[in-house]
Amino acid sequence: MTDAPGAQLESVFAARQITKVYHMGEVDVHALRGVDLDLYRGEFVVLLGPSGSGKSTLLNILGGLDTPTAGSVHYLDKELTDFDDAALTRYRRDHVGFIFQFYNLIPSLTARENVALITEIASNPMTPNEALELVDLQDRADHFPAQMSGGEQQRVAIARAVAKQPDVLLCDEPTGALDVQTGILVLEAIQRINRDLGTTTAVITHNAVIAEMADRVIHLSGGKITGVETNSTKREASELTW
Amino acid sequence: MTALNRKTLRDLWQMKGQAIAIALVIACGIALFVLSRSMLHSLELTQQTYYDRYHFAEVFASLKRAPDSLGERIAEIPGVARLETRIVVMVNLTVEGLSDPAMGRIVSLPDTRKPVLNQLFLRRGRWLSPRRDDEVLASEAFTTANNLHVGDSILAVINGRQKRLKIVGIALSPEYIYEIKPGDLLPDNRHFGVLWMNREAISIAYNLEGAFNDVAISLLRGASTPEVIERLDQLIRPYGGLGSYARKNQPSHLFVDNEIEQNRQMGLIMPTVFLGVAAFLLNVVLSRVINLQREQIAALKAFGYSRQEVGWHYLKLALLIVVLGLCLGIPGGMWLGEGVTGMYAKLFHFPTFTYRLTYDVALTASLISVGAALLGAWGSIMRAVRLPPAEAMRPEAPTNYGPTILERMRLGHWVPPVVSMILRQLERHPIKTSMSIFAISLAVAIVVVGNFMEDSVNYVLNAQFRTVQRYDMSISTIEPVSDCALYEVGNMPGVIYCEPTRSVSTRIRSGARQRRVGIQGLPCDSTLFQLIDLDANDIALPEDGLLISQKLADILNIQIGDYVQVEVLEGKRPTLQVPVSGTLQDFTGVAAYMNIEALGRMMRDGSLITGAHLLVDPLQQDALYSELRTIPKVAGVTVKQHSIDSFENTVGENMMLMKRINLLFACVIAVGVVYNSARISLSERSRELATLRVIGFTRGEISAILLGELAIITLLAIPLGLWFGYQIAALMVSLLDLELFRFPLVIERTTYALATAVVLLASIASGLLVRRRLDQLDLIAVLKARE
Ligand SMILES: Nc1ncnc2c1ncn2[C@@H]1O[C@H](COP(=O)(O)OP(=O)(O)O)[C@@H](O)[C@H]1O
Ligand SMILES: [Mg+2]
Repeated sequence: MTDAPGAQLESVFAARQITKVYHMGEVDVHALRGVDLDLYRGEFVVLLGPSGSGKSTLLNILGGLDTPTAGSVHYLDKELTDFDDAALTRYRRDHVGFIFQFYNLIPSLTARENVALITEIASNPMTPNEALELVDLQDRADHFPAQMSGGEQQRVAIARAVAKQPDVLLCDEPTGALDVQTGILVLEAIQRINRDLGTTTAVITHNAVIAEMADRVIHLSGGKITGVETNSTKREASELTW
Repeated sequence: MTALNRKTLRDLWQMKGQAIAIALVIACGIALFVLSRSMLHSLELTQQTYYDRYHFAEVFASLKRAPDSLGERIAEIPGVARLETRIVVMVNLTVEGLSDPAMGRIVSLPDTRKPVLNQLFLRRGRWLSPRRDDEVLASEAFTTANNLHVGDSILAVINGRQKRLKIVGIALSPEYIYEIKPGDLLPDNRHFGVLWMNREAISIAYNLEGAFNDVAISLLRGASTPEVIERLDQLIRPYGGLGSYARKNQPSHLFVDNEIEQNRQMGLIMPTVFLGVAAFLLNVVLSRVINLQREQIAALKAFGYSRQEVGWHYLKLALLIVVLGLCLGIPGGMWLGEGVTGMYAKLFHFPTFTYRLTYDVALTASLISVGAALLGAWGSIMRAVRLPPAEAMRPEAPTNYGPTILERMRLGHWVPPVVSMILRQLERHPIKTSMSIFAISLAVAIVVVGNFMEDSVNYVLNAQFRTVQRYDMSISTIEPVSDCALYEVGNMPGVIYCEPTRSVSTRIRSGARQRRVGIQGLPCDSTLFQLIDLDANDIALPEDGLLISQKLADILNIQIGDYVQVEVLEGKRPTLQVPVSGTLQDFTGVAAYMNIEALGRMMRDGSLITGAHLLVDPLQQDALYSELRTIPKVAGVTVKQHSIDSFENTVGENMMLMKRINLLFACVIAVGVVYNSARISLSERSRELATLRVIGFTRGEISAILLGELAIITLLAIPLGLWFGYQIAALMVSLLDLELFRFPLVIERTTYALATAVVLLASIASGLLVRRRLDQLDLIAVLKARE
């Protein structure tokens, strides 16, 4: 169990003045305009903002999928912005677990194999079966993605993300494609991982209700952080409704 | 097995139809490569060991008659290693079971020892007994063609006297791997054969005791062949020397070399085309797979798979297809190789000729196909490798649809909506559309190329045997005779009409270049032998001067109007400057023609002739044969039909087999390409088509959209492919421009029609296969899957 962030204050990520500019022909799109952000060990953070506010861009930069145009990102004592492609790959392989809105499972592999795909290259993984148990899918292990519902697929994606025992779990609108009921099941699974394994977790959403689960809520708008709130009480995922 | 490898296998299984189609195309290319390369190796190796082991000579010369002592002087020429003087004569043969005349070339063998050069391999029977004058060894090709066996006898007219000769053995010689009657271009083993006889017996029969009329020489290492030839010519000139020549111009060797060269070229051209197409298909298919898997690739990368691992993952897919292709192609090539070996064994006579696939051929085949796969796969794999994972998560921006050509031309109202949807789709992806058109056009081209050889050869046959040679029979005399003989011939039974011919052995020189050529004298207004140009228009023989093969003009590097030095190798042996008045495009060997009267003037011996072309009444043919056989001056009779038959049985059969192989492979490529295109557009469009179905389009209508696209692409591809086929054929023609055979660039309309039909059928079949899948389209699943 993690308390409020002030309790430990060990910063996992420290982003300073990051900007991201996309060049689209004539026009420059400023996706991020000078963002300062810290994520602390073990906390559950929700990034909240309207569509196009730069949430995914920020998360991708933290996860080493993308690099900022300017600014720096520290991961523990390392400077992510100095990493080359190979180092970023290693970083993602060893430390980061991703969950995407559209699951991004490999359709030609079963649930277990999708998880194994990751455990085979990780340095300290759990077994695929253990990971599937965490999301209550042990009996669907041999099913292909096409044979599962969206919620089940997203839970397989969670199992895949946590199987390597990542240091951080980055979730980009994990419930965006799901109905309320299944969305809650998925959020429960993420919450359980954060709580039981102590994995630092960041969840992107534009759904304000989900923010109630978080230790901290970070508001993004127009590529800037417009506010940070700390929840005094976190709601259980099962209590949410929208 | 790792999960990623499992994915590779499942992806492969998912695209098995396409994978098999591509593997088959690769297999065809590899099979052709293995076939021609291994044939090339086998031929070269067999030829080389045969030559070495049986001491095939390096310089040859014929002459009229020289005393044995000349041999010693020849041996003193610097550079000469060994020599063998011989007596070689042409004789008429009567073979049991063969009503028409046959000819034999009798070559002497030393009575008491083995020849030092051109040694024989005894296939069956025994060697000649010393001093017997009624025993011969006969060549295998001749005995096989005539069903003759050891112990059988044949009748030969030896110096005017009929003699019964007993075949005591069947032999092979490196000098006669390919047996061809002097002056002919194609073998006719039934009507021409080589016989070997004791030297003493033959020298007595021809009054050549203590003399010889033929010499074969081997050279010391490092000796200069032209110098030896020069010196030898000087020595034999007073003795009626017919000009010496090097091994590279020896007829049998020339033919085997020609075959080797053809194999070399074919081993390059066809496999290149096939593997090029395979590379292209791999590119198209992998691009498609990688496009479809953008998000999977992004996920792999997001979870820490490196660029190399991702690249290797997709490369493996390509390599598995290649391996499948190799597994089919290498044994396929070996299997074909064994078949073709049998054919060669029939055409060429080697003591042993076995098919062998060497490891380096298999290895090269593997490397080449892997190379082709890399070439094809590289671009798309690189895209996968470079794909920025963050971006791949974002949906692709919708493409712009603009008005189609028809709409821009304000014809939009006139076309039904389905048609304008098809046109929009095609115009929206100009690159993809042109690639599909290109791929299918290659299939068309391959069929054209696969079939064109036959057109070309048929054209040559037709030109040679119908348009040029309008006679039924040609006869030649032992030596020049007065043209009065023509009247005798004209009065023989069955002769409807005859024209004189005269052949003069010469050596034609231009600067340092030279070639031994027999100049053919023909009547100016010849009706039985009509020279033609490439378009089959008659070419009139110039009043004066030479009309030579373009190939000969190329060899001598001369142009029309140039003078060449003609060294006559017989009679008074004048050396003259003669203008080249014209060239002609012929297809076999090299030739020089001249007005027979001008030739007579040039020779300053009046109007002698050495033969005649005859039109013969077929009913009286046998009577004519027996009459001709009694005339000692007649050296040989050639019946045109025999040449045609013999061509069809040997070279023609070879070509048909190769053509069938090529054509089969061409069909494979056609189906492979068209099927792949259809499958890919199905996979690209299934979502859209399913949507259309959901909003109320009928099955027929969505099939029309997809198949209409395929139909338009196919129809555009066909003319382009015919043009490509023509270009590739032109390339082959230029690469196969050999001295012995040249292929005219003739492509019949039937070939174009065949190519069109094959590709249309392949399209229809692929269309039906795709249509079946379209009918089974699972609307829900397609729409649920996010692409
Ligand atoms: N690869 C890209 N190329 C161009 N523009 C991009 C790209 N990725 C994101 N953007 C733009 O950057 C802005 C922020 O995008 P994103 O981070 O995806 O927002 P969010 O996830 O909050 O919806 C948007 O305006 C988006 O259009
Ligand atoms: Mg987003």
